[in-house]
Amino acid sequence: MLLIDCPWCGERAETEFSYGGEAGITRPKDPAALSDAEWADYLFMRNNPKGAHRELWNHSQGCRRWFGIERDTLTYRIAGTFRLHGKDEG
Amino acid sequence: MKYSALSLLRNALSHNRNWPEAWRSPKPKKKYDALVIGGGGHGLATAYYLARDHGMKDVAVLEKGWIGGGNTGRNTTIVRSNYLWTEAALLYEKSMQLWEGLSQDLNYNVMFSQRGVYNLGHTLQDMRDIERRVSANRLNGIDAEVVTAVQLKKNIPQLNTSPTSRYPILGASLQRRAGVARHDAVAWGFARAADRLGVDIIQQCEVTGIRRDGDGIIGVDTTRGAIDADRVGVVVAGHASVLASMAGIRLPIQSHPLQAFVSEPLKPVLDTVVMSNAVHGYISQSDKGELVIGAGIDAYNGYAQRGSFPTIEHAMQAIIELFPIFSRVRMLRMWGGIVDVAPDACPIISKTPVNGLYFNCGWGTGGFKATPGSGWVFAHTIANDEPHELNRAFDLQRFESGALIDEHGAAAVAH
Ligand SMILES: Cc1cc2nc3c(=O)[nH]c(=O)nc-3n(C[C@H](O)[C@H](O)[C@H](O)COP(=O)(O)OP(=O)(O)OC[C@H]3O[C@@H](n4cnc5c(N)ncnc54)[C@H](O)[C@@H]3O)c2cc1C
Ligand SMILES: [Zn+2]
Repeated sequence: MLLIDCPWCGERAETEFSYGGEAGITRPKDPAALSDAEWADYLFMRNNPKGAHRELWNHSQGCRRWFGIERDTLTYRIAGTFRLHGKDEG
Repeated sequence: MKYSALSLLRNALSHNRNWPEAWRSPKPKKKYDALVIGGGGHGLATAYYLARDHGMKDVAVLEKGWIGGGNTGRNTTIVRSNYLWTEAALLYEKSMQLWEGLSQDLNYNVMFSQRGVYNLGHTLQDMRDIERRVSANRLNGIDAEVVTAVQLKKNIPQLNTSPTSRYPILGASLQRRAGVARHDAVAWGFARAADRLGVDIIQQCEVTGIRRDGDGIIGVDTTRGAIDADRVGVVVAGHASVLASMAGIRLPIQSHPLQAFVSEPLKPVLDTVVMSNAVHGYISQSDKGELVIGAGIDAYNGYAQRGSFPTIEHAMQAIIELFPIFSRVRMLRMWGGIVDVAPDACPIISKTPVNGLYFNCGWGTGGFKATPGSGWVFAHTIANDEPHELNRAFDLQRFESGALIDEHGAAAVAH
């Protein structure tokens, strides 16, 4: 069981949260300008690394806010959580 | 040596001390015509069909651990072909037909047992979806029938069909030709048969790099040295993205832990396979008497071959909901595998932007059933540098064209 440190509520059990996938993917400003390959990359392609992963989580059973976590996908160790500022973390 | 009643008898007389090894353990050569990365069932099947059907015998399978030690040896072994969409149904049905002759083909008993698979429906909408899927299956020539709750109770007396239960069972689909097989035997049988055709099976050999020259493949780097090859097929399940990044290409795959458990052995109590999408659990009984139970995936990406406790609890709730009789059965072992999930829950069996490099992945939670068929079409794709009709729709290109094959939820349950 992961113990997740919500930036607003503190440490809570994994079951209070929902997972939102890879962080840092921003919706292209002008989708019509993209090629099919670029659009597919935005929509479907993911890094899916074995190791450090920056990912989105939502405290769905708590404050219901989105935030980011850097977690190792092999050891599951959480290096830290971060707030999203709308700029680089979508 | 061919396995037969006679060879059993002869070896029994010498106290089973003289059985020859089932496959060789050769040193890797400097170069092969084709390499298959990943010694799971799919990789071994690919090598076997390359050698048997396409005359490609200068082939090696590279496995970082031991063959069958990945998802092949960790799954709940459910084999069925009742998928909704035609593309998927035909691919899985090809596999089903190969299963039906596999023990003879390989001269190895894979213990394929066509004991039937029930997919339960708990709501009116479930039942409508089941009607639709059963009809679609029949149009594709795949055996399928709708079963009522009354018939279910007759066939599986231990199943809780009470109309007052939390998620009442209204009926099910049944595929009688579906069932289970012995997972290890599938890996070993393909390995032995491929070895006999000249394929080198090289264990403890991890691929650490993929070497390309511009747009073409040259070979791979491994923990046992560099190996050149004209063609390289990658079949590494949960590690697909890791290998893709070595080759400098991107995949729409996410890796998740998926768990299963077995109980203490019981007397025969369940002679078929029962799956439920709604409460999410699936169960069968092994020949040793253990209940084999599968859970859902953990929602987050993970490469650790273990899953979380909330997921275990959820699976147990589902099983006890369906079979209250099992509430006091003790669990013996639990484990996890890493499954490679694609956005449309369908595999990618495809050429790539790199000439001579092919990927076979995205089987996610349900690829064991496809083992022979996957190897068969992948061998065709590698040998001809062209997909077979059966896997043409399952290319990487579909994520650009938008022609996804949406089997999420459509095909009974994910496994
Ligand atoms: C708990 C669980 C239950 C399941 N239940 C079912 C079910 O009931 N029915 C069903 O149809 N499917 C089921 N599945 C899915 C099924 O197990 C898989 O889809 C299928 O076995 C994949 O086979 P494979 O040969 O592609 O992968 P694997 O057997 O995982 O083989 C891949 C191999 O690649 C090797 N490898 C990885 N990286 C490298 C590298 N760098 N170099 C060399 N080798 C490498 C790995 O060691 C591994 O042996 C289940 C899976 C799990 C985990
Ligand atoms: Zn919170």
